[in-house]
Amino acid sequence: MTPLLSVQGIAKRYGAHIGCADVSFDLYPGEVMGIVGESGSGKSTLLNCMAGHLVPDAGQVVFDTRTDGPRDTITMSEPERRMLGRTDWAFVHQHARDGLRMGVSAGGNVGERLMAVGERNYGDIRDKATDWLGRVEIDASRVDDRPTTFSGGMQQRLQIARNLVTGPRLVFMDEPTGGLDVSVQARLLDLLRGLVRDMGLSAIIVTHDLAVVRLLADRLMVMKSGRVVEAGLTDQVLDDPQHAYSQLLVSSVLQV
Amino acid sequence: MTEYNFAYLDEQTKRMIRRAILKGLAIPGYQVPFASREMPMPYGWGTGGVQVSAAVLTPDDTFKVIDQGADDTTNAVSIRTFFQRTAGVVTTTATRDATVIQTRHRIPEEPLHEGQILVYQVPIPEPLRFLEPRESETRKMHSLEEYGLMHVKLYEDISRHGHIATSYAYPVKVEGRYVMDPSPIPKFDNPKLGDMAAIQLFGAGREQRIYALPPYTQVVSLDFEDHPFEASKANHCCGMCGATDSYLDELIIDDAGGRMFVCSDTDYCEARQAMGHKGKDAA
Ligand SMILES: Nc1ncnc2c1ncn2[C@@H]1O[C@H](COP(=O)(O)OP(=O)(O)O)[C@@H](O)[C@H]1O
Ligand SMILES: [Mg+2]
Ligand SMILES: [Zn+2]
Repeated sequence: MTPLLSVQGIAKRYGAHIGCADVSFDLYPGEVMGIVGESGSGKSTLLNCMAGHLVPDAGQVVFDTRTDGPRDTITMSEPERRMLGRTDWAFVHQHARDGLRMGVSAGGNVGERLMAVGERNYGDIRDKATDWLGRVEIDASRVDDRPTTFSGGMQQRLQIARNLVTGPRLVFMDEPTGGLDVSVQARLLDLLRGLVRDMGLSAIIVTHDLAVVRLLADRLMVMKSGRVVEAGLTDQVLDDPQHAYSQLLVSSVLQV
Repeated sequence: MTEYNFAYLDEQTKRMIRRAILKGLAIPGYQVPFASREMPMPYGWGTGGVQVSAAVLTPDDTFKVIDQGADDTTNAVSIRTFFQRTAGVVTTTATRDATVIQTRHRIPEEPLHEGQILVYQVPIPEPLRFLEPRESETRKMHSLEEYGLMHVKLYEDISRHGHIATSYAYPVKVEGRYVMDPSPIPKFDNPKLGDMAAIQLFGAGREQRIYALPPYTQVVSLDFEDHPFEASKANHCCGMCGATDSYLDELIIDDAGGRMFVCSDTDYCEARQAMGHKGKDAA
């Protein structure tokens, strides 16, 4: 089977400082990959390199495109990459306000990707937006309200709806439950797990919270100082970590 | 006035502006940056339009200025006087006799003809500004034709008002390529933008942008399939000339709150009255 995403030798420096180095892995359709590690270990740098937000210094990010099969997204033209970014790819930011338009209604936020790919029927766009609000447990009566009137958990669910409405094939998430209250986190995790299962989503989830990957990820990569120190099936890595750093991480000595 | 160069601006500045205009005409709807000059009037008084007019005027031109359709507002009079003094050009209020017309907020009712130039004063040239304040990002959106955001604005309108409530500066797509802000003309005027015989030039002074529509350019107002664009106006006839097809201003005419509708295009209205047309409020 062709990997949906094949990452080869990704490296990114900030001046002399290593952001991430020598990262390679394959992600197959329907798989969820978790990336864990303490703060500063390079998780966000790696995710942003894969999602086209940062240009890596070395490496390939090969995506199995619908029309042309596997393509290196680093070297493809910017219009093509941006097109991927609003069709087959989705990106969920840690802070909902980075991923939402705060001055636009919930319906407009969800509808934006539909309009970006050419939908021009107001009624259809609104119906799809309302349907998606329901799927992320936001009452349809809130469709015309701005996200500024939403709680933190609702904003995050709205951001997820906005990203999933066009049926992306790969979702990047950076600390999707970070910054939320514990009870709110649990509900969001539950929702995410349901969506991943129902839609058969492929996803890459960055988190420093092992509970998140335990629940969502099929496989895990442990990062330290910009490098992957251990990778494997989630349960294996969490229950029987091999690398000394993973052992520390799992024993929660390093938990922040 | 000999202390000024013809039309106030020096020749080098006019050449720079003409280059921007030519580039704008070559790429209809594309916003061309230009180095806007200080003009002896405040921003908001049409310094962008004035610089464009200064760059295209020749001694043989006949110049007309309208502000919301009228030739006699303070703004229109001051710009007309400015070019009378600095360029010595003949001025007129008759749309058909003018070779250069500078305008704020309207397109004349009488169809323009080949050889005429219509110069618009533009406050905010960037139609995407409303939802995306970052200039670096809007420039990218234009270059990659990523215009979904424009429909988000219209979507918001409908969700809030039940219909597209944008009635001025209604966004258009030019030749199937660039999305453009037509300046704050009423959307009633939008259909006149397309396929026009005259050259249309847009100048934004504070924002330092010039854009243009060459004659007979395709201009389409954005909309949704189930909320099509409508060039609406007040559902009345002109009280003075009886016109049914012109854009109307509503005037309060007495202390009792009596009102009447009259053509916003004063030249159009007066010409019709001179031909004997009479509205119900005409003396
Ligand atoms: N824009 C930047 N400029 C300089 N250094 C950065 C920048 N972004 C991240 N870094 C550094 O790169 C390393 C990895 O950061 P990051 O990818 O944000 O880690 P994580 O997401 O795991 O917390 C850290 O040492 C961080 O300080
Ligand atoms: Mg991070
Ligand atoms: Zn009239």
